[in-house]
Amino acid sequence: MSVAISFRDIVKKYGDTTVIPELSLDIQKGEFFTLLGPSGCGKTTLLRMVAGFNSIEGGALTFNEKKMNDVAPGKRNIGMVFQNYAIFPHLNVAQNVAFGLENRKVTKADQQRRVSEILNTVQIDIYKNRMPKNLSGGQQQRVALARAIVINPDVLLMDEPLSNLDAQLRVDMRNAIKSIQREVGITTVYVTHDQEEAMAVSDRIAVMKSGVIQQVGAPRDIYQRPANLFVATFIGRTNVIDAVLEGDGAGGAAVIIGSNYILTMPALLSEAKPNESVAIKISVRPEEFVLSEDGTGLAGKVVNNVFLGLNTHLIVKLENGQEVEMIQQSASNVVTDIGQRVHLAILSGTINVYDASGERNLNRGSGL
Amino acid sequence: MIGRMRRLDIWSLITFFIFAGYLIFLALPLFMLLIKSFFDGTTGEFSLAYFYKFFSKAYYMNAVWNSLKVTVCVTLLSILVAGPLAYIMTIAKIKGSGTVRILILISSMSAPFIGAYAWILLLGRNGVITNFIFDVFGFRMPDIYGFSGVLLVLTLQLSPLIFMYVSGALKNVDNSLMEAAESMNCTGLRKMWKILVPLITPTLLAGGLLVFMRAFADFGTPMLIGEGFRTVPVLIFNEFISEVGGDDGFAAAISVIVVLFATTVFLLQKFVANRKSYSMSALNPIEPKKLKGAANWAAHLYVYLFTILAMMPQTYVAYTSFQKTSGKIFVDGYSLGSYRAAFSKVGDSIYNTFMMAGITIIIITIAAVLIAYVTVKRKGAVANLLDTFTMLPYIVPGSILGIALLVTFNQEPLVLSGSAVILIIAFVIRRLPYTIRSSAAVLHQVNDSIEEAAISLGASTMRTFFKITVPMMISGVFAGAIISWISIITELSTSIILYTGNTRTMTVAVYTEVVRGNYGVAAALSTMLTVITVVSLLLFFKLSGKKEVTM
Ligand SMILES: Nc1ncnc2c1ncn2[C@@H]1O[C@H](COP(=O)(O)OP(=O)(O)OP(=O)(O)O)[C@@H](O)[C@H]1O
Ligand SMILES: [Mg+2]
Repeated sequence: MSVAISFRDIVKKYGDTTVIPELSLDIQKGEFFTLLGPSGCGKTTLLRMVAGFNSIEGGALTFNEKKMNDVAPGKRNIGMVFQNYAIFPHLNVAQNVAFGLENRKVTKADQQRRVSEILNTVQIDIYKNRMPKNLSGGQQQRVALARAIVINPDVLLMDEPLSNLDAQLRVDMRNAIKSIQREVGITTVYVTHDQEEAMAVSDRIAVMKSGVIQQVGAPRDIYQRPANLFVATFIGRTNVIDAVLEGDGAGGAAVIIGSNYILTMPALLSEAKPNESVAIKISVRPEEFVLSEDGTGLAGKVVNNVFLGLNTHLIVKLENGQEVEMIQQSASNVVTDIGQRVHLAILSGTINVYDASGERNLNRGSGL
Repeated sequence: MIGRMRRLDIWSLITFFIFAGYLIFLALPLFMLLIKSFFDGTTGEFSLAYFYKFFSKAYYMNAVWNSLKVTVCVTLLSILVAGPLAYIMTIAKIKGSGTVRILILISSMSAPFIGAYAWILLLGRNGVITNFIFDVFGFRMPDIYGFSGVLLVLTLQLSPLIFMYVSGALKNVDNSLMEAAESMNCTGLRKMWKILVPLITPTLLAGGLLVFMRAFADFGTPMLIGEGFRTVPVLIFNEFISEVGGDDGFAAAISVIVVLFATTVFLLQKFVANRKSYSMSALNPIEPKKLKGAANWAAHLYVYLFTILAMMPQTYVAYTSFQKTSGKIFVDGYSLGSYRAAFSKVGDSIYNTFMMAGITIIIITIAAVLIAYVTVKRKGAVANLLDTFTMLPYIVPGSILGIALLVTFNQEPLVLSGSAVILIIAFVIRRLPYTIRSSAAVLHQVNDSIEEAAISLGASTMRTFFKITVPMMISGVFAGAIISWISIITELSTSIILYTGNTRTMTVAVYTEVVRGNYGVAAALSTMLTVITVVSLLLFFKLSGKKEVTM
């Protein structure tokens, strides 16, 4: 059985410093939900509030509408995977996994059956009699995962479970975690500061900064329609360019970049009246630039190019001195040697437009 | 390993000399003891008579039984008292916990027999507490002498060791292990029993062994407070020292039995501990939390009570050292008379202590640096053997080492008995391990490639050692040397065997003054020892930047 978790105006304070001010969030039943954000933004703090290891200074935390604020960790029916795995070094793999079952009223026979089932699921059944110190990092990770799920928890909590693994293993394990989660269908709250990892595993992601949630959404939405410039720059790579917005008086808008590059955009949530200009910022992802062959677009000079096989990464210095990053598909036959002068056109259909402060996405349908 | 050719270099020479030192001053004496125990003292013929005598007389077996009883009880009690103490201090915020830790450490650093004599002053037949209770409540407290007294004194004296060991181990337990258990609904006592106890079992075994060995070898405590409660060290001492009816050969035989027994216990412990050891290091150690209500009260009460009890002997002795005396009795009023008497009567012992401990510590420092280097960086059969030699003092009780040295070096070609040299040798051998250990600990952290870098830059082996390695070791060396120093000045069991009129140390003087009933002088000397200990410890904290000591 899994639960829906909801945070209502949750406050966390350490002494006098407020780390999380009035945060509200709903996590749905069976969802793989990720808390993503830079170091120190309060992800661990929030997760440990769900686990019951951190006190809650204000607001309400509920599992299926049941208030959990003061329930002891052991009574919340959670499974937790720790960053350093927290495998008990004096117990072998099977004993570690059985540990949580022994604390519940489960018969010995049942325990054994469930332990071997779960060891099968996470594919470490052949190591079941090994001591933890004889396991590799990835295997220990699987033990930790098995130990957390075997008790049929209502919620699975994971705090950067992959951060101690090397790059390749991290990719393998995150796929394993995702497929195991899908198989058992537990509501999962996952913490990471690796945005690629978050995109790969999550149903939905909450992007946090300084204890405040910036945006909640599916990975694709967050990538394509970041709610503000912080999210835009934190998720994926992007180029932020100053521009000016002019309303055409007929619902459409023109975005003017530099001295002479004009993009016509579908209607924006702009305050610009006809014939009035407003300073804005646009966010252009590297793949949203194309090398134009007809001399339209922003003029610049290639200052670096890195051939990566599938495509080529270019750094182009624009006339105003700003360096932007773009991706040239290998099919393109524009010459991009270093020093070459090029023109960059922008695919106006997908770029994001923000107000001057970067706080507000002006694209229609950005959901805000 | 390929590469790293074994050349005959300066290190081989150094290893050889250290090795020779151990052979002559440790292996040979122990061997002589063995010989002596198997040959009749008068006829010089091979005989098992000593062993037969030992095992056939109830008198001796009784001492063995007493020793075992005391040792096992002290060890278990220390674990029962200090284990929870360490646990409480780890999980709970205790007011003044820093001070408490230092006080507990100080209490463990005094000579045990000073505790015995202080508790006699407090709880003895004429003790202040005994009299107080009689005056106020009108009843006589049960007797402190004998088994219960020895148990009390040694438990209070040795449980700080367990406390330090367990505290150290708990510091390495990652908090997430506790949280993992909690998240699976394993809390409170169950969590302690299922997770914490297994994790610190290896440490409990190691600490328990240390307590066991010390309690087993302690001689001063049963001598003072035992009153007829004879333990094996007392037996050995009496056999060896007493002018009438004493028998060196018999003392040697008992010593051999004791060493064999101690070795067995030691190996047994190693065997069990090795099978159970986990390497742990905590990313986020357990944070002490402020407990609420009754639990908070109970925790504070327990910690403070233990600290007060542990510090009681030294504090009370220091207090009496300022009391006025008339002849041998304390009278009302305060004076520095005891200190004046101490300087005039046994001033030479103060000089002797500083002189001999000073020379010892210089030798120890040099030897420890070299030995640590050889055992850590030049692994091989010889290094391993050397490592074993340095461990022997853990097994061989001080009084036995004293006897062994004495029977070996009281005859040509090398007569050392009666000289300061023999005491210094004994001190070096017994107290070297502390300094070696802490030197080796730092050395383990020095990457081999650092030396290789120096050598690749053209520095010679010796220059590399002195310019690169030694400076990196120095903090560990000094920290260890201070602990060695403290344990030398508070040493009794070897000095009591080896001293003569000219080489009497402070502890020996305290002991003899206590036996004679000159409590004032004894108190003054003990207090000086305590002050030196405290000052040295403060120096240790300053130098090492640490707040604890590993023994
Ligand atoms: N016990 C504590 N006492 C005081 N402040 C704390 C404590 N624990 C965390 N903080 C503060 O709360 C903030 C959030 O910390 P948290 O550990 O939740 O960050 P995080 O998002 O998990 O970061 P990371 O990615 O580095 O793990 C940080 O500014 C941190 O300094
Ligand atoms: Mg964190």
